[in-house]
Amino acid sequence: MNPFQYEQSLEVDSSVDRVSRAPEATFLAGGTGLLDLMKLGVETPAVLVDVRRLPLAQIQELPDGGVRLGALARNSDVAQHPLVRERYPMLSQALLAGASGQIRNMATVGGNLMQRTRCAYFRDTATPCNKREPGSGCSALEGINRGHAVLGVSEACIATHPSDMCVPLAALGATVRVKGPQGERAIPFADFHLLPGNTPHRETALEHGALVLSVDVPALPAARHSLYLKARDRASYAFALASVAAVLELEGGRIRQARLALGGVGTRPWRASGAEQKLAGQAPSPEVFQAAAKAALEGASPRAHNGFKVELAQRLIVRALTRLGGRS
Amino acid sequence: MTDSKQPLSDGSAPAEASSPEAPEGTTRREFIATATVGSALLLEACRHAPPVEGPPPGTAPAELEVTFKVNGQLQTLKVDPRTSLLDALRERLGLTGTKKGCDHGQCGACTVLVDGRRELSCLSLAVMHQGAEVSTVEGLAQGDTLHPLQQAFIEQDALQCGYCTSGQLMSAVGLMSEPCGASDDDVREAMSGNLCRCSAYPNIIAAIQQVRRLPKL
Repeated sequence: MNPFQYEQSLEVDSSVDRVSRAPEATFLAGGTGLLDLMKLGVETPAVLVDVRRLPLAQIQELPDGGVRLGALARNSDVAQHPLVRERYPMLSQALLAGASGQIRNMATVGGNLMQRTRCAYFRDTATPCNKREPGSGCSALEGINRGHAVLGVSEACIATHPSDMCVPLAALGATVRVKGPQGERAIPFADFHLLPGNTPHRETALEHGALVLSVDVPALPAARHSLYLKARDRASYAFALASVAAVLELEGGRIRQARLALGGVGTRPWRASGAEQKLAGQAPSPEVFQAAAKAALEGASPRAHNGFKVELAQRLIVRALTRLGGRS
Repeated sequence: MTDSKQPLSDGSAPAEASSPEAPEGTTRREFIATATVGSALLLEACRHAPPVEGPPPGTAPAELEVTFKVNGQLQTLKVDPRTSLLDALRERLGLTGTKKGCDHGQCGACTVLVDGRRELSCLSLAVMHQGAEVSTVEGLAQGDTLHPLQQAFIEQDALQCGYCTSGQLMSAVGLMSEPCGASDDDVREAMSGNLCRCSAYPNIIAAIQQVRRLPKL
């Protein structure tokens, strides 16, 4: 591991100031992603600003009925929180489907948003990777790409966004509150993670030194009836090959509104707005669910080994909608 | 690099490693003591070898002081900030019951409790634990009395080589204070972060369930 300077911070403003002024500085929270990548030599910060003592771990109700998830709230605490379990069951399910009990006790909400891809070429400093080393090329395009993305890909990068938590947050249209050198602002979830395009090393809308304060989940009564399904190579403790977060609100035998987002198949958490539109106003039926699933994967661009993800994601969508639709 | 220094003491079962206060004179203790002397010689040899990994001259970060409790005892260490909690426990405090498996958060062998919750000591820096309370497998037994989980692991034959066992035990101790369903499947899911290459899983689950079914831990 490269040498670094370690500093503990007790204030949001000074943390932001400290990292903003040093291009080689970064924030340290749970450490489960960053320290792993530092051991691999993928991340080489010169300064670590430990923000774990900042007062950002609260989970609280917002006046509009939404819920604010503090950036430092641990994954396990969010997953088990009564407000989350009751109002957004798919969010609790997604968190519990991710990582292991130990890692969920360490990993934070903010860190989950910022976690980096599990692409094996990104993690191996001996291979070219545009995300790790801009301009060096993408080893996954013609390499082993079974786990890679089929949506939102570019010729520069097909790395999958690995988060489970971010999938329901995308479906819910959450807001990310951040504090940067320019002050505080709110970023819609759909704008937080960037498509790789020609700049896969740029992964979020955050400027250097900006710190995530919270994720604000909006009120959505329909989300009390929601589901997260995840398909993976092992029964537990594995990243998603495909996953789906789904909300289905029925009224008078018709779908009043649907929310759908996909994980494991996109270069960022993937909101399937086209599929949501296909569902709205329809009477739930296998055909309607199939059509929505097809719409969700429209434009999918598989490579040599990940073509199965298109079918897998569609089946997961149909299964999730069927399970939600059958319980109305 | 670290584990190869102490192959013999690493092979000891956690129940044994966890009772440093046991009456002396057992063969096992002599065995471990011999192994430790051997390790010390190896360690000495390592000191004269050039470091495999380290900062280039002149760029070494200042050592930082960290004070935390380990198994109830206050410990103050001066560490290179890169020192993981795992290495601090093993290399600085001699608490080698906590194992280094993958060193990347994928196997669970390094599981300890931090402020009562199970965490991975390999994915954590020692300096992040100023003021924390850390519990390791060495702290489980009360003198000669094993922790109920240690006893259950023996009764259910929940190990073969034993390398993952201290991590399994600490993970199971942490699990006892987490919400978890009653079924074997619930326990399997909750313990999925602890790999066992001998595949003692059925007996590990049986041991944990045995303790969960006790009237009160």
